[in-house]
Amino acid sequence: MDLTLSPEYAAFRDQIADTLKANAHLAPGPEDKGLKHPKRLAWQEFLIREGLTARTIPTEYGGYGAEPDILKSRIIAEEFARSGLPRPLAGQGISMLVPTLLELGTPEQKEAYIERTLKGELIWCQGYSEPGAGSDLAALRTRAVEDGDDFVINGQKIWTSTARQADMMFCLVRTDAEAKKHHGITYILFPMDTPGIEVRPLVDMTGAANFNEVFFTDVRVPKNGVVFEVNKGWQVANATLTHERGMLGDPNATKARFVELVELMKTEAVNGQRLIDNPVLRDRLMALQGEVYAMQANGLRITTNRLKGESPGLSGLVVKLQGCELNHQIAGLAIDALGELGILYEEGEHLRSGGSWQWRYMYDLGLIIGGGTAQIQKNIIAERGMGMPREPRPARS
Amino acid sequence: MEFGLSEDQIMLQETVRRFVAEEVPLDLIRKVADGDEAAIIRLETDLGALGLDGLLVTEADGGSGLGVLDALLVQECFGYGIVPARFLSNSVAAYALRDTGSALVNGIATGETRFGIALNDFTSRRDGSGLLIHDDTVAGSTLMAMDVRGATHMLCLANDAIHTGEPGAAEPVKTIDRTRAFSKLGLASIDKGIQIKDVDRVFAVACVLMAADTLGAAQCMLDKAVAYAAERQQFGRVIGSFQAVKHLCAEMAAKLEPARALLWHAAHAIDVEDEEALAMAFLAKAHISEVGTFIARTSTEVHGGMGFTDLVGLHYWFKRIGVNRQVMGSPMGLRELAARQQGLVA
Repeated sequence: MDLTLSPEYAAFRDQIADTLKANAHLAPGPEDKGLKHPKRLAWQEFLIREGLTARTIPTEYGGYGAEPDILKSRIIAEEFARSGLPRPLAGQGISMLVPTLLELGTPEQKEAYIERTLKGELIWCQGYSEPGAGSDLAALRTRAVEDGDDFVINGQKIWTSTARQADMMFCLVRTDAEAKKHHGITYILFPMDTPGIEVRPLVDMTGAANFNEVFFTDVRVPKNGVVFEVNKGWQVANATLTHERGMLGDPNATKARFVELVELMKTEAVNGQRLIDNPVLRDRLMALQGEVYAMQANGLRITTNRLKGESPGLSGLVVKLQGCELNHQIAGLAIDALGELGILYEEGEHLRSGGSWQWRYMYDLGLIIGGGTAQIQKNIIAERGMGMPREPRPARS
Repeated sequence: MEFGLSEDQIMLQETVRRFVAEEVPLDLIRKVADGDEAAIIRLETDLGALGLDGLLVTEADGGSGLGVLDALLVQECFGYGIVPARFLSNSVAAYALRDTGSALVNGIATGETRFGIALNDFTSRRDGSGLLIHDDTVAGSTLMAMDVRGATHMLCLANDAIHTGEPGAAEPVKTIDRTRAFSKLGLASIDKGIQIKDVDRVFAVACVLMAADTLGAAQCMLDKAVAYAAERQQFGRVIGSFQAVKHLCAEMAAKLEPARALLWHAAHAIDVEDEEALAMAFLAKAHISEVGTFIARTSTEVHGGMGFTDLVGLHYWFKRIGVNRQVMGSPMGLRELAARQQGLVA
């Protein structure tokens, strides 16, 4: 057990901290709205040039081209958290499509998409879930029928983030209706302005449309958009699904929220008493701190496992379930602590923290459900983590 | 940066784990619980022969010179096998007596000095509990003293400071856990000239080791639940294939695994004298007590009716966890201590 950094890594950390500090003026602010705001794109380009994002992606595809180093990646993430500066772009194109193309894309696909995606010039959305295919994703039914050099797509996707802003979609479609469900799926890329695609915003409980529904009516897309092979899309998707789960439940983000909550309870007062001086609220706060400490330590343990090339086992499998639940509870305590002011949500004289605690309390519940529901996570923990028997499958018809 | 156990630590834990698995079967624990003298002496002798009691004693004083992290790995094994070992008391005493120049520490390493511990007055004083020193005499008694039987010395709180002394009149206090003896105890004498400075830090070490005991006992209860669910059949299937049962097991693992990392971190923080160490230790015991209580009841439920019987003996683990939760700081009491430690209490 040694939680200090070696001189090489300590120097690396200092260098990252200095770079961020010296260039803070380049960072976009909250007023620079829009995914492709010039300031955002310039910031992203700067971060790639400095090796602060796209770090291990080869230079020929527009990355920084460094050797993979988990500790350095962790240090970069921590320094971003410490600096409070906007993090690099991390949309689904960058986090899921780019790794997929690097592994399985054709040279033409890599050439066409990776660099522009990294730079933020090309926005992607993910067409996976359907109304009838949520936890059972492989039951998806959006059909793609071969016609000459094209596929013709009909069907519907749901839970599609950034569909309105996206230039392109990476999509799972059914290309063989006769095959067993995992064997008739194809992973395909196409532009969102293809005729026959209709995007409808899906308003959620937060009042915003964080997701969309996407409808396909005779959408004709070229076959060269297929990644890897026709009917092998399930394998392609699985290469990156695990990656998505790792993104949810980041302990650094949880700690940052906890620190905000402590600050709130130290500054807010009811009946002349600071919230932190209410013993019931303080007890709940300390209980959450114990959990925050636990998830941080668990994160350190996972990082060490990865550094050594070992599987983190159970400690890795529990992150999404525990991390998302903890975030939700932190927001829940903030709302309780705020009392009746905790219900305020829109601009006004008495609003606290911009209404963000209510927003988080609702949005975090969405994250408990999305990206693999809590119940699916429990199946995975029990089956893969502890070798418990799988649910017996119903006989196939 | 390496957050994990060393080869030596893994080996140490494996050795103790094997000893517990092979030498301390439930039958022996049952005999201890029934007050069988021969069984108690056999267990004491075997544990003494393991030579672990000097683990936290410095090498200069004849011990192994290891850290709190190493000690917690050992205690976790004793919790796993619900072994009533004196290791916790001896280790906390060895830690408290470091740098005091006391000859008692060498005795811990050789086995001549055997400590009991009574720190409960640190967090909760009641029913007239409390030791008071006047000149050369010690008045009063302390509740929930542990490991008094066979102890040559006690580590206890008197006049709000930690002292060592010889045990005096002991009155058994009967708890739900019959495997470990608790006593209401007075002191026969107090050792003069030993200055134990940092009461909070010594208490934090006791918290970490008690939490390690709960961690081990809870891990055992989880393992037993998973094993039982893989064997027991109902409706023509093993019950572990039902999500209702499987999800209970997943919830136990999901809470326990991060708690293990937290405890490693808390012990390491004490070893390297990190500024967050005390708050982390208090919160670690509070958190693991909560997780342990959840696992104790959930594992019992997974065992169905058998979990409720004496036949399986699961209740010994249930009670071990239940007692650990209440002594040396309740979860709520420790959370308040942690808040105080961080300057969050006005």
